[in-house]
Amino acid sequence: MFDIERWQEIFDTIRKNKLRTFLTGLSVASGIFILVILLGFGQGMQNGIAQEFEEDASNRIIVWTQVTTKEHKGLNPGRPIQIRNENYDFIESKFSEVLKDKSANLFVSNAQVNYKKESVGYSVQGVHDGFQFVENQYMSQGRYINYHDHKNVSKVAVISNVIKREIFKNSEDPLNEYLDISGIKFKIIGVYGDMGGEREEERIFIPMSTAQRVFNGSDKINNLYYTLQPVENFDQAVAESMRFSNDMKRYLQDAHTVAPDDLSAINVFNTLEEVKRFFTLMNGIKLFFWFVGICTIIAGVVGVSNIMLIVVKERTREIGVRKALGAKPWSIVGMILHESIFVTAISGFVGLIFSMGLLELLGPYIEVDYIVNPSVNFNVAISTVFVLIFAGAAAGFFPAWRAANIHVIDALRDE
Amino acid sequence: MGSNSLHVLKGINFTAESGELVAIMGSSGSGKSTLLNILGMLDEADSGEYTLDGVPIKNLNETKAAKYRNKFLGFVFQSFNLINYKSALENVALPLYYQRIPRKERQERAMKYLEQVGLKEWATHLPNELSGGQKQRVAIARAMAAEPKVLLADEPTGALDSTTSYEVMDLLQKINDLGNTILVVTHENDIAHMCKRIIYLKDGVIVKDEKVKQVRASEYV
Repeated sequence: MFDIERWQEIFDTIRKNKLRTFLTGLSVASGIFILVILLGFGQGMQNGIAQEFEEDASNRIIVWTQVTTKEHKGLNPGRPIQIRNENYDFIESKFSEVLKDKSANLFVSNAQVNYKKESVGYSVQGVHDGFQFVENQYMSQGRYINYHDHKNVSKVAVISNVIKREIFKNSEDPLNEYLDISGIKFKIIGVYGDMGGEREEERIFIPMSTAQRVFNGSDKINNLYYTLQPVENFDQAVAESMRFSNDMKRYLQDAHTVAPDDLSAINVFNTLEEVKRFFTLMNGIKLFFWFVGICTIIAGVVGVSNIMLIVVKERTREIGVRKALGAKPWSIVGMILHESIFVTAISGFVGLIFSMGLLELLGPYIEVDYIVNPSVNFNVAISTVFVLIFAGAAAGFFPAWRAANIHVIDALRDE
Repeated sequence: MGSNSLHVLKGINFTAESGELVAIMGSSGSGKSTLLNILGMLDEADSGEYTLDGVPIKNLNETKAAKYRNKFLGFVFQSFNLINYKSALENVALPLYYQRIPRKERQERAMKYLEQVGLKEWATHLPNELSGGQKQRVAIARAMAAEPKVLLADEPTGALDSTTSYEVMDLLQKINDLGNTILVVTHENDIAHMCKRIIYLKDGVIVKDEKVKQVRASEYV
């Protein structure tokens, strides 16, 4: 391996057989290149999907209701189901151990929002203090609705960055200004932003109690929102949240006399379940990328083997001459393998460096939905290079060995 | 230098003394190439003995055969068998590479032999830039470079026109004059008569083995 004479001999051979070297190198380099890019995009998709879910709290559970579709205990189908405060309170006390953030919401119907005679079209919702965390909102200014606002039925409102920008044009300080909601003045106490993007920032929030009492909602609730206490691992989290959703659903069905098999009346959306589905899908996609990648590598190996076969065939005569001049069989095998390993290694690393460089350079700028910062695990990439080198050497060994052991006479007669 | 005794083909027995220039003649199929291959350790005899420079050549594995070939034998082929991507100098230096001689010394020695065959100016040329005669001279220089005991030439003039053939034979004669043992396989009568001894082969047996008066190739050049 460190025989300088042999290296010189190999460099001579490579220098004088540029096309052959180039073709071998190209098939190896492109194989590695394609594999790394594929794996990079697999990782990119994983990052992208993970990010999509990070934007919303990923273990969110939402309950909403519709009309019943099944007759149950003598009650006709088509009966609307209305969640009420007592349901919310009951769930809060019964599941207090597993719940982290909780909130109900109530849409204020036909709310007319005005600011200084200017009418703006935003929806108004009554929420609890936990809503901020359930929806992954952050505060840009001031504070969120808190328990005291709820308790005191305060006429306070929280607006978003978008609303602030549109109404106050960024020039005025919105805090302590008053919004007119259907003729009632609400003091602005905070400005929120939503991790989920600006489409989530079209809402004005007021305390739940205020929404119910001031806007004649009595004790009605539209939706329930929950997040659960974090647990050790993902599977456990899924199991925990499934159990909670099922228990809660059963309670609500019971409380509202809904058939347990009514698929429409009470609906529970569990993001973790969705996340799990996405993770399964993502694993499938990753597996697919690996499969394609490995096929590419196999194609590369076959390519290298093919070239090695041709190289050996083409050099049969030369091998005969070398043997006649006193080359030992092992020196022939060594020469051919040394050359092929050298070429495979160099081009493998070229492919690796090129593809990883491309991912490093362009990766951070790729901002497509579901693909974020494609990158590849360096160890995986370098292992594939070694696999390819090894496979190339193994593929080259047999023809080389055969060539080294054929009779000189046969080799010299080879035209 | 040594003696060669062997029993090959259908019972062949002869000894070539050191410094001899022997022609092995015969029509195609007479076994002359086979004989040369056995002498060159490129092929193995089924039975019989072969002693080269006092060393019995038998039970050779590939590695040992390679070593002996490198040490004892130089080959000249009809079709030259130069490595086409190597320059004349590199071709001549190749057997020295297998003797593990350092590159610099290799090239110096190769240059010396190229000079001897009159191709010093062509050292950096590739084989396909040389004429047939020049190629064969490079091949002879290559065969001589390892300073072998015996030079084996298989139809060395087979691919050459007669003028060039005589040039090559002239070269071989000069090398022989320096005391090198040379065996030439040929089917051409005039070439055979430029050697000092002719062994006639027919159907695998020696039909005639005679010393001849050597015709100097230089007379024709």
